[in-house]
Amino acid sequence: MSLGILIVSHVADITVGVQKLISQTAAQVPVTVAGGTDDGGVGTSVDKIQQAVAANKADELLAFYDLGSAKMNLEMAQEFSNKPIYLYDVALIEGAYTAAALLQAGVERSEIEKQLRPLKIK
Amino acid sequence: MALTLENTLNWLHGFDQVIEAKKAYLSQLDTPIGDGDHGNNLARGAAAIEAALEKNKPTDLTAALKTIAMALVSKVGGASGALYGTAFLEMAKTSQKTQALPDLLAAGLAGIQKRGSATTGEKTMVDVWAPVVTAAQAGELDQAVVDQAVQATKEMQATKGRASYVGEKSVGHLDPGAVSSGYLFTELLKTGVDK
Ligand SMILES: Nc1ncnc2c1ncn2[C@@H]1O[C@H](COP(=O)(O)OP(=O)(O)OP(=O)(O)O)[C@@H](O)[C@H]1O
Ligand SMILES: [Mg+2]
Repeated sequence: MSLGILIVSHVADITVGVQKLISQTAAQVPVTVAGGTDDGGVGTSVDKIQQAVAANKADELLAFYDLGSAKMNLEMAQEFSNKPIYLYDVALIEGAYTAAALLQAGVERSEIEKQLRPLKIK
Repeated sequence: MALTLENTLNWLHGFDQVIEAKKAYLSQLDTPIGDGDHGNNLARGAAAIEAALEKNKPTDLTAALKTIAMALVSKVGGASGALYGTAFLEMAKTSQKTQALPDLLAAGLAGIQKRGSATTGEKTMVDVWAPVVTAAQAGELDQAVVDQAVQATKEMQATKGRASYVGEKSVGHLDPGAVSSGYLFTELLKTGVDK
């Protein structure tokens, strides 16, 4: 069973930026992203999130997100998906970076979750 | 007081028209306490509902509610899409057991609260849905109930959604989602379903 990372933000550039940042330290960790609405605006899209879930080659996903509807749409995608998706109410950049660095080092989910706890902000 | 395929289609056609007509106003309400997109978000949803109902031509209430829900979920792109979408999805599920309006609206409210975990007094659409459900259950749903609930959000301080980020500054403004929910229930009453 493999673990990957899913990034959801209101802005596509933010997701790409976070992906760039974490890929530098965690090149082997599968990271897929969903940013903005279907027509390229600011917001979040269930369809885009579902595509990012399907495109991620890991069996289980650790998901990081920014504001309001990002979480709601992630939870909808989670309900529609067969792949287990774990949501973390932590700071997006710090949380995703922490998880990616630990995954790269072969740390398991329960330990990663322990390290994410102090980053909880929502 | 029961929803049928026919009154539900009338209801949503009415709502879609009002949203299109009021989209600038709804986005304007969302500007001081949000990101100024509520009207545009919902207008995308309204257009998607019209297109989906035209294409799929639902033949029963459950199918209609589901079609409406999926259009909202996939096209709105903001919190209100997930919230209204979940409301209609839960109404669709409940409609397999009953068509009674109070039960369906209660299922919708439960969906909104499951999705957004807001309670009353947090300056969201829940502040309109909750009193509407209570009134419908008591057989006392009328326009005054809807209008009062919408107006009451003005003096509340937001603790959920985008508006919560401006804290005390959210006081003195109507909540955009409460206003659009007010339109939803106004259009519902216009179908005569409460008679
Ligand atoms: N957690 C919540 N529970 C209930 N209603 C909410 C919640 N969050 C937001 N809302 C409602 O949604 C309305 C805003 O909808 P809108 O379409 O503008 O989405 P948004 O807040 O811009 O979305 P996003 O989270 O993507 O920024 C608010 O006026 C409020 O009524
Ligand atoms: Mg908004």
